[in-house]
Amino acid sequence: MLELKDVCKTFNAGTVNEKVALRGVNLTLEEGDFVTVIGGNGAGKSTTLNAIAGVWPVDEGSIIIDGIDVTGLPDFKRAKLIGRVFQDPMTGTAATMQIEENLALANRRGLRRGLKWGVTNDDRELFVEKLKILNLGLEDRLTAKVGLLSGGQRQALTLLMATLQRPKLLLLDEHTAALDPKTAEKVLEATETIVNSQKLTTLMVTHNMKDAINHGNRLIMMNEGHVVLDIKGEEKKHLTVEDLLHQFERVSGQEFASDKALLG
Amino acid sequence: MAAYLSSLSLAGLAGRLPASVAQGLIWGIMALGVYVTFRLLDIADLSVDGTFSTGGAVSVMLIVGGMNPWLAVLIATVCGLIVGCVTGLLHTKLGIPAILAGILSQYALYSINLAIMHFKANQAVSVDKFYLIVSSRHITPAIITGFAFAVIVIAVMYWFFGTEMGASLRATGCNPTMSKAQGIDINAMKVLGLAISNGLVALAGGLSAQYSGFADVNSGRGAIVIGLAAVIIGEVLGEAVLGKKLNFAGRLSFVVIGGIIYYIIYTLVLWLKLDPNLMKLFTAVIVAIFLAVPYLKGQAKNSFMKAGKQSAAKEVK
Repeated sequence: MLELKDVCKTFNAGTVNEKVALRGVNLTLEEGDFVTVIGGNGAGKSTTLNAIAGVWPVDEGSIIIDGIDVTGLPDFKRAKLIGRVFQDPMTGTAATMQIEENLALANRRGLRRGLKWGVTNDDRELFVEKLKILNLGLEDRLTAKVGLLSGGQRQALTLLMATLQRPKLLLLDEHTAALDPKTAEKVLEATETIVNSQKLTTLMVTHNMKDAINHGNRLIMMNEGHVVLDIKGEEKKHLTVEDLLHQFERVSGQEFASDKALLG
Repeated sequence: MAAYLSSLSLAGLAGRLPASVAQGLIWGIMALGVYVTFRLLDIADLSVDGTFSTGGAVSVMLIVGGMNPWLAVLIATVCGLIVGCVTGLLHTKLGIPAILAGILSQYALYSINLAIMHFKANQAVSVDKFYLIVSSRHITPAIITGFAFAVIVIAVMYWFFGTEMGASLRATGCNPTMSKAQGIDINAMKVLGLAISNGLVALAGGLSAQYSGFADVNSGRGAIVIGLAAVIIGEVLGEAVLGKKLNFAGRLSFVVIGGIIYYIIYTLVLWLKLDPNLMKLFTAVIVAIFLAVPYLKGQAKNSFMKAGKQSAAKEVK
């Protein structure tokens, strides 16, 4: 479903701020894979997601989604294939627009946007049905401005928007990191529900090792712009935080240097 | 003082009001254009100062050349659309900051507008010789026509910004990152928004020139500020009158009302025998105050000075 071949990216090349972010990332996702991505700060997790989403062009390598080489396409053209949820709850929704308007925009992701009326009654029925899945009472507030919602509600809404048109690939970039633990738990539950019911191929970056272990069928760890660990199947099911730390020290030759990942 | 007061006649003011309503309606249409960029796209587009004059120059020159005034205004509007596209492309394709792209367009338009008017600073079009859509010589029909234009423009805008494409344009102004993630070509939307805005401004420029009977290369000077004044006056008034019931059509209507109120204030200033040259200063101060009020309100709730005072008060206890 997704194939990354030797993807490299250097930011600010040739300046004092040069930062090699991706040093040949290779990754293949099967249809229906739910992959969690962990790694320390600057390991290249978010950069990998941004490369796949097409936020900027990569320096080298290819990105293939569902058999289509998207390496040369900008983000808005890849949006047809990809649903995204961001770390900052403010990023994924339009605050001054209504819940139903946001959903209607998402419902046309990847399709032509013409001069048809933006939100129809059929749309509203669909939105109410979908919003009920989130269990946040948003189905009664279709015309409320999104800016009035809490961070958790906005993040849940963004998740719904990312999956309203079934994406070939769902990218979750630390989408619960900015939420309090209880809300984060709820949003993760909603994520499980939606990913499982639609059998979505998903990449979820997280700082939290427990979440990375408890969710998905496969776990990859990144370090210094490489994929250094790839655990799947039975091995993934029996994985513990301790195992993961040992594995990390083994493959990287250094201690895992992020308290947030351990404590979070 | 007594002599000054006795020289002011209320009848004189009342007599001038219809004219300011007519002119206010036309400038209200221009303010709707400013609303598209300033409020929906979150861009302060300064090209409009040039575009307003362009609209006047194009329509007057075409009418003098024998063209039907309706067709002339239509062509003027198309010229505005093109100006908006140029500003938009300078911004999106060449990476020039939006505000500077607008200034460049406006600056270039000064020469272009002069060229359109055969390098004369103004060109007259007499209602005695030509059929005009609106004229200051026939105030009542001018008000009716201006009102009809405003209603049609508001209706079309209400429809367009409710469509899939219009909603994408609004989303682009509200949250570009989200828009891209939803597959919206934000650069195309910015160009489209700037084109619509400048089209409306040129339409208003074309009507305004016919109303006053001449096109002037300086007629658009300060259009952006007057447009902003109308938008802001309209919004403040709309929120005061309708509160939460103020929907999109209501907002647009109040923008036009803002334009009318601006012109009534202008008339008042003239009636008070103040120097009309002070009007620009007066307008700038009003716009600055209205733009500052929401910010200062936020600051008052959330200020260091307040925090310091409450801390000092505790220490005294």
